[in-house]
Amino acid sequence: MALRRQSVVLGVLLAPVTLFLGIFFLLPLCIIAVFSFLTPGLYGGVEWTFYHWNYGRIFGWADGFIEIFEPVYLQILWRSLSFAALTVILTLILCYPVAFWVSRLSDRWRLVFLFLITLPFFSSLIVRLYAWLLILKPTGLLNTVLLNIGLISEPLEILYTPAAVVLGMVYVMVPFMFLPLYASVDTLDRAQIEASLDLGANRVQTFLKVVLPQTLPGIIGGAVIVFIPSVGNFVVPDVLGGAKGLMIGNLVEQQFLSSRNWPFGSALSMIIMAVVLTVLMVSVRRAKKVGGHA
Amino acid sequence: MAPLLEIRDARRTFLTPEGGRLAALDGVSLSVEANEFVTLLGPSGCGKTTLLRAISGFEALDSGTMVLDGADLSALPPFRRPVNTVFQSYALFGHMTVARNVGYALEVAGVAKSQREVQVAEVLEKVGLAGLGARRPGQLSGGQRQRVALARSIIAKPRLLLLDEPLSALDRNLRQQMQLELKSLQHALGIAFIFVTHDQEEALTMSDWIVVMRAGKIEQIGTPREIYRQPKNRFVAEFIGETNLFPVTVDRVEGGDALARTADGVELRLPVLGRKAGEQVTAILRPADFTLGPTGIPGRVSRAVYLGSDLYLFVQPQAGGPEIRVIARDNQDAREGSAVHLSHDPARVHVLEAG
Repeated sequence: MALRRQSVVLGVLLAPVTLFLGIFFLLPLCIIAVFSFLTPGLYGGVEWTFYHWNYGRIFGWADGFIEIFEPVYLQILWRSLSFAALTVILTLILCYPVAFWVSRLSDRWRLVFLFLITLPFFSSLIVRLYAWLLILKPTGLLNTVLLNIGLISEPLEILYTPAAVVLGMVYVMVPFMFLPLYASVDTLDRAQIEASLDLGANRVQTFLKVVLPQTLPGIIGGAVIVFIPSVGNFVVPDVLGGAKGLMIGNLVEQQFLSSRNWPFGSALSMIIMAVVLTVLMVSVRRAKKVGGHA
Repeated sequence: MAPLLEIRDARRTFLTPEGGRLAALDGVSLSVEANEFVTLLGPSGCGKTTLLRAISGFEALDSGTMVLDGADLSALPPFRRPVNTVFQSYALFGHMTVARNVGYALEVAGVAKSQREVQVAEVLEKVGLAGLGARRPGQLSGGQRQRVALARSIIAKPRLLLLDEPLSALDRNLRQQMQLELKSLQHALGIAFIFVTHDQEEALTMSDWIVVMRAGKIEQIGTPREIYRQPKNRFVAEFIGETNLFPVTVDRVEGGDALARTADGVELRLPVLGRKAGEQVTAILRPADFTLGPTGIPGRVSRAVYLGSDLYLFVQPQAGGPEIRVIARDNQDAREGSAVHLSHDPARVHVLEAG
């Protein structure tokens, strides 16, 4: 009796979120999945006939007549993945030592620092990226300073290069990497580090055998949280990227807005999702394997 | 032969959050022989843990020397010292199995896996955990974790094992059992133990030598019996076990005894050796040193606590002054309110010069 009542209560409590996710997340997802197998309409929209060339265009079985296989799509996908991976690596390198430093601060300064880390969320992403545009452009802050102190003789071409895109993504993603890392570093048992040193492990051994495994859940968590939005990111390459910094997210955006090829855009979206899901599953499995915590 | 560990005039000062200075170690000198069980005993904040951490290398000394086996320790980082520690929190590696925890010292020293496994099984057997090697520390009870920590710290056969209040988290029965096991393990291994505790009973049970510390200084070093029977000062007397302290003035020397009396008029008989009439000293009597009898200090039982085989009595002397604590056999007819006489053997009285 009590059990049934509990499940009724649970059902009532879960209904709103289930309904919300069902209507605004699952349903659109299904629509995208279906669209990716439909014929593009002449002036946008779809025609309800089965069509597999959307994927063919990307993976290479296009007929070369109606749809042409172009390796550029796979190249852009590969570029997006490598940009995202690079972003993960760079944010990790930036945040890992800082997490240790912050966890050793006094309570007061730690709070100040954590507030500073979340400060960027208080202003618009677009505004912050335009600030980078102003810094990086040939007559911008960076070049002016470097020219004036004589470090360079002509302005660096950073803006609208892949470097600018990765820089922008690292900037945007730093808080997302830092917070999970900090959480795992902060709960690290200092006594275990001492135990390791006491048992004859030098600092490198202690890091590899105790510190790294214990903070790995935080590293994996941060990596996943940074990687997923990075792969599909289109705002950063849009503002800082130019042609060579184009990522798959921009491609999707173009298909839906300017090219009006909804099915092709849907197919690209499905591919992003497949990649992201694979990464997620592999890392969750990995985290489970190492995270046998006491 | 030179001692295994020789510490000379170790000093260490900490800054308190209020900006003051706290001398955690204030000129500590200590030597430990091979295969000895030495206990550092004292209230919290007396510097015993700081001393231990200085030996293991996690705390630097401001001044003083530490020599282990002829080698100066102060220049060595913790991982190069032939010393291992059992930590108070055990500090087991949660992401490793029990076997890998125990074999850690060998693993980092580069011992081959097959050889490691043999030694791990051997040590696990020794601490009574045979067959539990595949578990994670999180799946063990508190007592078992304690044993893993112990096994992990002895596998590399250190010259000296440091134990930082390792039994404090265990319940009373388990603690008493572990005390005996630790002592016999120490004997079997032939490793010198330095054991830190604030529990005087633990110290008395296990140690060859007890080092009583207070406020960064060593108050007394002695065998458990010496510490208990002949404390050097009031602090040691009161810290170790139940004590009756009597500030007395020696009245006269009469026959084999010296007669002395407290300000309230309670009369005690002290050993005559070295006593002079008129001098002021402190007489120390343990509760078990009194016997109830027909003669002696007259008093009234104000509280009686039943301890099983013994009775714990608080006796208010007729002459006045603080209550006297007495442990009597249960077969004695003493209950709250009854009038008793307390007699004692003068030879059992320990005298502190200058009351």
